[in-house]
Amino acid sequence: MSVVSVPQPVPLAGAAGAEPAPPAGPLAPRARLFPALGAVYTAQLSRARVARIPLLFVATFQSVGIMVLMRGVVGAGSGAARAVVSGSSVLVVAFVALNLLAQYFGQLRAAGGLDTYATLPVPPASVVLGAAAAYASFTVPGTFVTAIAGCALFHLPFANLWVLLAVVPLAGAALSGLGAALGLLAPRQELATLAGQLGMSAALLLGIVPPGNLPAPIGWLRDLMPSTYGVQAFAATFAPHPDWTGVLADLSVCAGVGVVSLGLATWAFRRAAYR
Amino acid sequence: MSTGTQASDGGPGAAGATVWRVRGLVKTYPAGRGRRAGAAVRANDGIDLDIRAGEIFGLLGPNGAGKSTLVRQLTGLLRPDAGRVELYGHDLVAHPDRAARLIGYLGQESSALDELTVALAAETTGRLRGLSSRAARAERDDVLDELALTPIADRPLKRLSGGQRRLACFAATLVGDRRMLVLDEPTTGMDPVARRAVWAAVDRRRRERAATALIVTHNVIEAETVLDRVAVIDQGRIIASDTPSALKASVEGEVRLDLVWRDQPPLEIPEVAALRDRAELAGRRWTLRLPQQRAREIVASVTGGPAFAALDDFTLAAPSLEDVYLALGGREKGLVKA
Repeated sequence: MSVVSVPQPVPLAGAAGAEPAPPAGPLAPRARLFPALGAVYTAQLSRARVARIPLLFVATFQSVGIMVLMRGVVGAGSGAARAVVSGSSVLVVAFVALNLLAQYFGQLRAAGGLDTYATLPVPPASVVLGAAAAYASFTVPGTFVTAIAGCALFHLPFANLWVLLAVVPLAGAALSGLGAALGLLAPRQELATLAGQLGMSAALLLGIVPPGNLPAPIGWLRDLMPSTYGVQAFAATFAPHPDWTGVLADLSVCAGVGVVSLGLATWAFRRAAYR
Repeated sequence: MSTGTQASDGGPGAAGATVWRVRGLVKTYPAGRGRRAGAAVRANDGIDLDIRAGEIFGLLGPNGAGKSTLVRQLTGLLRPDAGRVELYGHDLVAHPDRAARLIGYLGQESSALDELTVALAAETTGRLRGLSSRAARAERDDVLDELALTPIADRPLKRLSGGQRRLACFAATLVGDRRMLVLDEPTTGMDPVARRAVWAAVDRRRRERAATALIVTHNVIEAETVLDRVAVIDQGRIIASDTPSALKASVEGEVRLDLVWRDQPPLEIPEVAALRDRAELAGRRWTLRLPQQRAREIVASVTGGPAFAALDDFTLAAPSLEDVYLALGGREKGLVKA
């Protein structure tokens, strides 16, 4: 390289030799929240083609399998049947949004992959929300397949299945926020995986069994799981005259938990990425 | 390997004003607890650096020397215990978030991008650098063309070879046009064609856009051929910083003699036995660093006498940056010559 061939960068021109504080150079723009969220979301969705599809099958088969099992002990059309079908449907959300997202962030953190995002001028919230939204989206087909299979198996009405369009994103927000926070806060990758598995097991065990049969302390535990409110909201819509206010209240709990848990996950991301 | 530039030893003053100024950087990792208990590790111990506009500046040192800790502090990923870091006039210790708006960073780790296609990895990186979709796609196409990655644009990174994956990550680093590039061992695993593509791309940005590059490497050959200046780092300190040729001049008069034996070295020959204590032994290879005259005498005696029958190969070479590193007191065997 020769002396003359290197152009001076514009903002420092004239500052050569001035030891203290040259004028600050221009900063490239930050990525804004929503465009960046969109970019993360698109990128995460594309990963489904490479990595996630087999796991979506696992989530759906698991839920359908549980319903087949429960069909042996629960009568068609009963209140218990509603709990089983709605619990199994929301379980798909818990499997993917909570368990798989906890694993993903745990892995990313352990491998140093968070550096990629931390060295880009992107709001942490857009990374967390983009990934959470993508994982929640992964659950849509499996949740519908499970719900439709369940309605057929337990002779429940199909009319109000549209409510899943609200249940999936809201329960998805709550569970994926929790999953992301667990993955990012766990001190080791194995613990993130373990926490995700335990969270999903709790959603499974506490969500599917009709609540009336549970002993009180387990009932309280059930009330602590955000997925419970998604299950309750969905189960209520199978009634001949659904209590829509109750449905709305349950969904509001999901939304509230979603805001808090995604906020926590964003904080956890910042903590994990910049030390 | 050529950088596509003219001689890369332009010497001090070849580049422009100082754009990256680092003073007294200290980072200590606390002692481990429980079974991993040990003393605190001072990974960086009073680092000073001045990187000038338009230069390709290298950090050379073996694994564990403190290069990565230094780079993490320079890029806003790690907060220093003490010291100042100023880039283009911005205080990065007070405002670590600004680093991402000034630097294109290629880390060693690609797991965040591994499941994306080459094209999407580049495009997403551009969008996360604040480009519009259209601008990100246009830059993506240009960069993939420039690096000859277009034929594999639709393949996921995880299905590529290590070198191709590295090149794809490098492509993502270039999208969004940063004037400062920080490349942590950018050419690891790459074939010579890909390496040339990397250095040509860096050089092009410096000629056309006054870009500056900080390269982390433990590859001596690459350091000698592509870097304008290099800081040699060992045990958390910078033990030398100059152009590669000036550093090599500091060990002028010495040469490196490599002797490779066919099987067992003929230790029954007294001249050979005497060499063993002075040589660095690596299997059948002995490496000696000697004054030129002494090296010539040894070559004459080994190749002219009975030891020649046991000799497979020998080379007599001018000193490399590795020799400089060792002459400066660096620990042995950290650098690679590939």
